[in-house]
Amino acid sequence: MVRLITHNLLACHAKGCTSNNFPLQLKDVQIALREADFNPDFVRGFMPKIEWNALVNAARQLGDSSLPAEQPEMIDDDLLKALHHVLLEIHIEEGQMTCPNCNHVYPISNGIPNMLLAEHEIA
Amino acid sequence: MSRPELIAPPEIYYGDTESKKYTNNTRIQQVQADMTYRALELLNLPPAQPAFLLDIGCGSGLSGEILDDEGHIWAGVDIAPSMLEVALEREVEGDLFLQDIGQGFGFRPGSFDGAISISVLQWLLNAETSHPTSSPPHRLTRFFTTLFSALRNPSRAVLQFYPSSDDQIQLITSLAQKAGFGGGLVVDYPNSNKAKKVFLVLMVGSGGQVPQGLQG
Ligand SMILES: [Zn+2]
Repeated sequence: MVRLITHNLLACHAKGCTSNNFPLQLKDVQIALREADFNPDFVRGFMPKIEWNALVNAARQLGDSSLPAEQPEMIDDDLLKALHHVLLEIHIEEGQMTCPNCNHVYPISNGIPNMLLAEHEIA
Repeated sequence: MSRPELIAPPEIYYGDTESKKYTNNTRIQQVQADMTYRALELLNLPPAQPAFLLDIGCGSGLSGEILDDEGHIWAGVDIAPSMLEVALEREVEGDLFLQDIGQGFGFRPGSFDGAISISVLQWLLNAETSHPTSSPPHRLTRFFTTLFSALRNPSRAVLQFYPSSDDQIQLITSLAQKAGFGGGLVVDYPNSNKAKKVFLVLMVGSGGQVPQGLQG
């Protein structure tokens, strides 16, 4: 299972790939929705780590447009609930993540991204 | 009994049969649970605040289940596909990645509030090919530097492992320090061959003093 909470933290780690390597571009994705317990404290605590644009774009690509384009300054319950859903309830089951810089493809199969690099890609 | 890390690389050793055996063995489950609770204690997280944690070498999710129970959200990485498959079957909550920690992580700076690892680090001490990128110091350095960056400041990583010599401990702690970590070794029950457990408690920023090991 990979969700947008980790997609939003994941950059390419191939050798020499240190800029423009985030966010990994989602392609051919299949998703599943699974309910998770809503924990407003967790979501609030996680907010400073979010790259907002990347999250909004990924969510929209997966068919969820509940988040505003600009990160709101007011944090209310509705926003926390929308973030909870986007971060923790949308599971990417199949597809691939491609590095925007070096084009390395990280395939996602059965919910698990394959992050293994070939020998020449290891820094 | 020979050490498993000397028999074969982890993704080979933990094939389908061994993965299920490991996961269903009640003694292993108990030991793994004890060490996970102790690692959580050594992480010294702020009380009553759910954290976002990294489980390094998450295997079939034995530790992850405990993180779930404790209310934390987590991501786990493991190099053994069979182990991850068992984790999927067991429906753990964390995000799972097929990853070789010796190749390093790509997580953005400050991603995690802490990291734990149970019985994994010793696997990094064996070179698997003659390629220069697969020497133990190279792999440990990649691991520690990218882990250091993936952790928020301040935070800790607690890595329980089975060193087979003082040289190994020396190598591991010196490379961790070079990567920027403070902290050090915590040895529980140092006088008991059976109960002795070694934890590398690594600190990012001002993590405080290295805790005392348990005596008994
Ligand atoms: Zn790249």
